[in-house]
Amino acid sequence: MQFLRNIFDNLRPNFEQGGKFEKYYKGFEAMETFAFTPGHTAHKGAHIRDAIDLKRTMFLVVIALVPSLLFGMWNTGHQYYLSIGELTGLGEGFLDKFIFGAIRVLPIVVVSYAVGLGIEFAIAIKNNHSVNEGYLVSGMLIPLVLPSEIPLWMVAVATAFAVVIGKEVFGGTGMNILNPALTARAFLFFAYPTKLSGNAVWIPQESGMAGVDGYTGETLLSQAYNAPAGSNFGSVAYDAAGQQYGSLADTLWASFWGWIPGSIGETSVFAILLGAAILIFTGIGSWRIMLSFLVGGITMSLIFNAWGANAFMSVHPLQQLMMGSFMFGMVFMATDPVSAAQTVTGKWIYGFLAGFLGIMIRVFNPAYPEGIMMAILFMNVMAPLIDHYVVEANINRRLKRAKVAA
Amino acid sequence: MSTEVKEASAAAVKEPSEPLFSKKNRLLLTDPLNDSNPITVQVLGICSALAITVQVKQAVVMSLSVLAVMIGGNLIISLLRNIIPSRIRIIVQLVVVASLVILVDQVLKAYVYDVSKALSVFVGLIITNCIIMGRLEAFALANKPWPSVLDAIGNAAGYAWILIAVAVVRELLGSGTLLGFKLIPDAFFEFGYMNNNMMILPPMALITVGIIIWIQRSKNTALIEEN
Repeated sequence: MQFLRNIFDNLRPNFEQGGKFEKYYKGFEAMETFAFTPGHTAHKGAHIRDAIDLKRTMFLVVIALVPSLLFGMWNTGHQYYLSIGELTGLGEGFLDKFIFGAIRVLPIVVVSYAVGLGIEFAIAIKNNHSVNEGYLVSGMLIPLVLPSEIPLWMVAVATAFAVVIGKEVFGGTGMNILNPALTARAFLFFAYPTKLSGNAVWIPQESGMAGVDGYTGETLLSQAYNAPAGSNFGSVAYDAAGQQYGSLADTLWASFWGWIPGSIGETSVFAILLGAAILIFTGIGSWRIMLSFLVGGITMSLIFNAWGANAFMSVHPLQQLMMGSFMFGMVFMATDPVSAAQTVTGKWIYGFLAGFLGIMIRVFNPAYPEGIMMAILFMNVMAPLIDHYVVEANINRRLKRAKVAA
Repeated sequence: MSTEVKEASAAAVKEPSEPLFSKKNRLLLTDPLNDSNPITVQVLGICSALAITVQVKQAVVMSLSVLAVMIGGNLIISLLRNIIPSRIRIIVQLVVVASLVILVDQVLKAYVYDVSKALSVFVGLIITNCIIMGRLEAFALANKPWPSVLDAIGNAAGYAWILIAVAVVRELLGSGTLLGFKLIPDAFFEFGYMNNNMMILPPMALITVGIIIWIQRSKNTALIEEN
């Protein structure tokens, strides 16, 4: 630590007024406060809301994302080895799979951070304001919601789009209407649909490689669309290698642990729940949003169960929650403190509707396999409206009380 | 805008022998290109700007149609300005514009049928293009024919260059072509480049217009509203 401190202290004169790199002071400051809690305090009338600053808050979210990231690396490798028919057992070749996945996943993370932070630093230095911390989390979320096969230049384009159009245009971190990571994903989804949907994109491929027979790589969501009418999805679902799970419990088991095809970070419910525990325990993620999101999703699933017009509608509610990115959206996307509703009542409404609409879009529209993304973006836009009416209702309620008392 | 109009009309009354391209008249042509651009500053005619900018060809044809309708409309209304009762002026304007639009529509159908098909209802909807009614109300009703024609050309050109700029960006990035010619070499596609499908969807037109407004305002700081 002292070593790092010395580096910063030695460099400081270059960046201070009159120094060689005076122009880049904000960049230096960002790096220094990233490494160390700032040494200076507010001089007068500070309104303390929390003991930790924004950089530390953001960092805790990144830590909460680590289980999903690590699992995603292993799963990327696992799906690859499944597709070539080697090391198909879950326990086999742990290191091989992990290293293969890391080689695929880490470049995406690096590109996402390099492009995003590059733009943030450039804008901060140009406008002479401090570098915003928000991108620390977005930079990790973006890779986790993409398939491992995504070309790196697309990651760069989407990241630039999300940071500039999704965030900086509105005034930077804290002012954005939409969740930047979801903006990036939505951009890619509409701009390059062949790279973000279908069966081929979820499985890492080597050029000239021939997959084993019967290998589909179909996600559970797309199977649910194609399930024959009247069949019980839980028992007809099959894994990427074409083996039927046979029972609902087996399907749930696979989606809970997450050794199924899907975006890098969203397959494992278990890893996501670890992250959720960190977020709730530290008080950073809103448990109200998570809970109401969950209730919303279950409600819609039950309504569809009662309706039961096709096989997808009859999917067990638990399976609905574990398929696709429902859990990931619930824990990491919907709880984004900037784009979610701010009032307590508003959070309940916001979360409930996001979960409710997510399942609804997913089941109704085969063109949008990931309805959760659309639902959360839609509710991001609605969040200020919800807050507005919650505040209005509160004012009216108190006015009424005041009149009765008088 | 309104003060300018008054000044222009006052000047026209005082000096009947004003040269054809006096400074004021030149301003009528150049002002709508930037400082009072109908799309980026007055934010009029947005719906057609979003709908028909997928390809440059459509944008060019649309711009020419609007130019023809605007010149005709401004000229006719300006000639009639002293005999139109002010109570029914909107109806008169609508009749004039609608007749012109039907003419343009028939011409397009006769000579460029494919583009006419692609533009579909948007030719008919030129009637409701706020830029045209706006210029009739704000300018042609109070000015002589010559300045009115210049004003029409200026505003149509201001509309056209935004339309074409947006269409160039959208066609180049969305389809890899310009005016139907393939611009992005096949080698790019072999390296994994793909056309951006989102550029073909209307939201990207809105974002592109937004970026043009952004650039315009950072260059021309007088346009930035206070607060």
